[in-house]
Amino acid sequence: MSFQATPELEAEVNELITHYPVKRAASLMVLHAIQEKFGWISSDAVQWTAKKLELQPINILEILTFYPMLRQEPQGKYAIKVCRTLSCSLGGAYELHNHFCAKLGLDAHKHGPQTTKDGKFTVEFVECLASCGTAPVMMVGEKFYEGVSHKKADEIVAGCK
Amino acid sequence: MAQEYKLILKHADEPGYTPDIECYLRHGGYDALRKALAFQAKTLADGKTQTPQEQLRQEVMTSGLRGRGGAGFSCGLKWSFVDRKSGKPIYLICNADESEPGTFKDRQIMHKDPHQLIEGMIISCFANDVKLAYIYIRGEMPEGAKILNRAIKEAHAKNFLGKNILGTGYDLEIYVHRGAGAYICGEETGLIESLEGKRPYPRIKPPYFPAVLGLWMCPTIVNNVETLCNVKHIVAMGGAEFAKLGTPNNTGTRIVSLSGHVKKPGYYEIEVGKATLRELLFDKNFGGGLLDGRQLKAIIPGGSSSKVLKAGEKFKLKKKDAEGKEILVETDMLDLPYDFDSLAQAGTMSGSSAIIVMDDSVDIVGALANLSEFYAHESCGQCTPCREGSLWMNKTLHRLTHGEGRTQDADYLVKIADNIPGGRTICAFGEACSWPVQSFVAKFKDEFVAKGAADEARRAKETAAPAEQKHLEAAHH
Repeated sequence: MSFQATPELEAEVNELITHYPVKRAASLMVLHAIQEKFGWISSDAVQWTAKKLELQPINILEILTFYPMLRQEPQGKYAIKVCRTLSCSLGGAYELHNHFCAKLGLDAHKHGPQTTKDGKFTVEFVECLASCGTAPVMMVGEKFYEGVSHKKADEIVAGCK
Repeated sequence: MAQEYKLILKHADEPGYTPDIECYLRHGGYDALRKALAFQAKTLADGKTQTPQEQLRQEVMTSGLRGRGGAGFSCGLKWSFVDRKSGKPIYLICNADESEPGTFKDRQIMHKDPHQLIEGMIISCFANDVKLAYIYIRGEMPEGAKILNRAIKEAHAKNFLGKNILGTGYDLEIYVHRGAGAYICGEETGLIESLEGKRPYPRIKPPYFPAVLGLWMCPTIVNNVETLCNVKHIVAMGGAEFAKLGTPNNTGTRIVSLSGHVKKPGYYEIEVGKATLRELLFDKNFGGGLLDGRQLKAIIPGGSSSKVLKAGEKFKLKKKDAEGKEILVETDMLDLPYDFDSLAQAGTMSGSSAIIVMDDSVDIVGALANLSEFYAHESCGQCTPCREGSLWMNKTLHRLTHGEGRTQDADYLVKIADNIPGGRTICAFGEACSWPVQSFVAKFKDEFVAKGAADEARRAKETAAPAEQKHLEAAHH
């Protein structure tokens, strides 16, 4: 198996398992932990998780393929998520998404996450991020940005080294 | 003039108020927990003994607290359904999967005052003999998850959590569980499946009522963040006192999330029913009015699933006259008091108390197309009417907004929407994705028809034009 869990990941996963009376319940949190460390979840990582939680790989794969936040392929160093849903759209989310795509050479009409050729950015139009009062909103990795003007968007991109 | 009434968000936005436990303790934090833990068993008039837990549950029942997540179901009643005789452990889950478009109130609580939620949870768990509880937070709120984890650690260090809490012999652990971007996890049985490590396919009821067969087939309580925070205040002030806030059957406060075309979008906490939609939109201490030069077109009053209200719509509201007799009063949509029951009478709901305001610059067909795309993306795919119906509605609205509409699309949309809800699906997502379509098309039908007709006329012209061209060319030869 080519997937190598670091000792820290091993320790984190062992801790997570203690949170639940049934091991299987830890699977989503374990996948989060893997994705945080590696950026995505490979099929070897699926095998590893299944073994760790005493499950069949399909039990892990079926949740990996369901949740939009979990990735089956590597993504850019900076994952940009722009909120698409109504309040943000009324506040200019489509224009903001277009702006990012134009700036980074991506196709705004393409469905799903897109990564720049240099692998630096992944841009994705996502559903409601629950901050509708400060539309349009977006995230870069774990960082949250509100009321994003095009100028602010440029500054955010410039800040991604 | 209607005023804000800050109960839950009393301190959240005060300068210098921080989310750590020391700050919370300085503001009287965990006093309600101490009070709850000090309740003594008492003997009632009929000779029966009431345990401290029963008394706490009675307080919540007396308070009239209704769930703040969307359904508005009585919290006390929900707790009363819990199967306490099964011998199985009872679990409590805080539903922090705030993902109804328009809603951003729980985010404020968790980020700014996490200990209030933790305290509310500990009291609720104690009242229901829960020893293990989870906070199911949206995957897109990693910061919130970190803040809550820190708060839990701090509460542990002070022995508000863990073994033998404050020497009472009561044990409780709370863990944070993160979702991963699926709206369906907000549905309580879907949430439970997700927490168990499965695909979040909602369970069919009966038999899988969480109060009886919930998490790992054990009795389970699932409550919203704001609901659990309210429990703390109910214990602090007493259920009867809490019930004086708000209006009859609509007690307490609610945090209203206001977004869209108003000058001051944001979150405003009000006594339930003590402000009308007009006040929430136009008063300077709330939304501050529409953008300059704009007219109101429509309001989505309770999260994206609630039925839209058209500007100028009138409703007959039940009211009591001077002699206490029930009369029907014609009420403009803007004069609806913002509570559970008035909005229900107007055929919609206050849902998650999220108001989305749309002015006359909005293309109403486009707005519905936006929502339909959301529902098509978020249907879990378990039940055919919802999985297929949400996609068909989305495809129809996509063609209507991309120059490919048809005159009959309006009727077609309603036909699909009418065939999804009403017991044809396992969970209420079927209703949630149909209500916007049914209400938008019913109330703005002319705009849907006009759009389809315009597209048809344009296409007819385009197909006719090349034919005429050919005819002319043939004549030349």
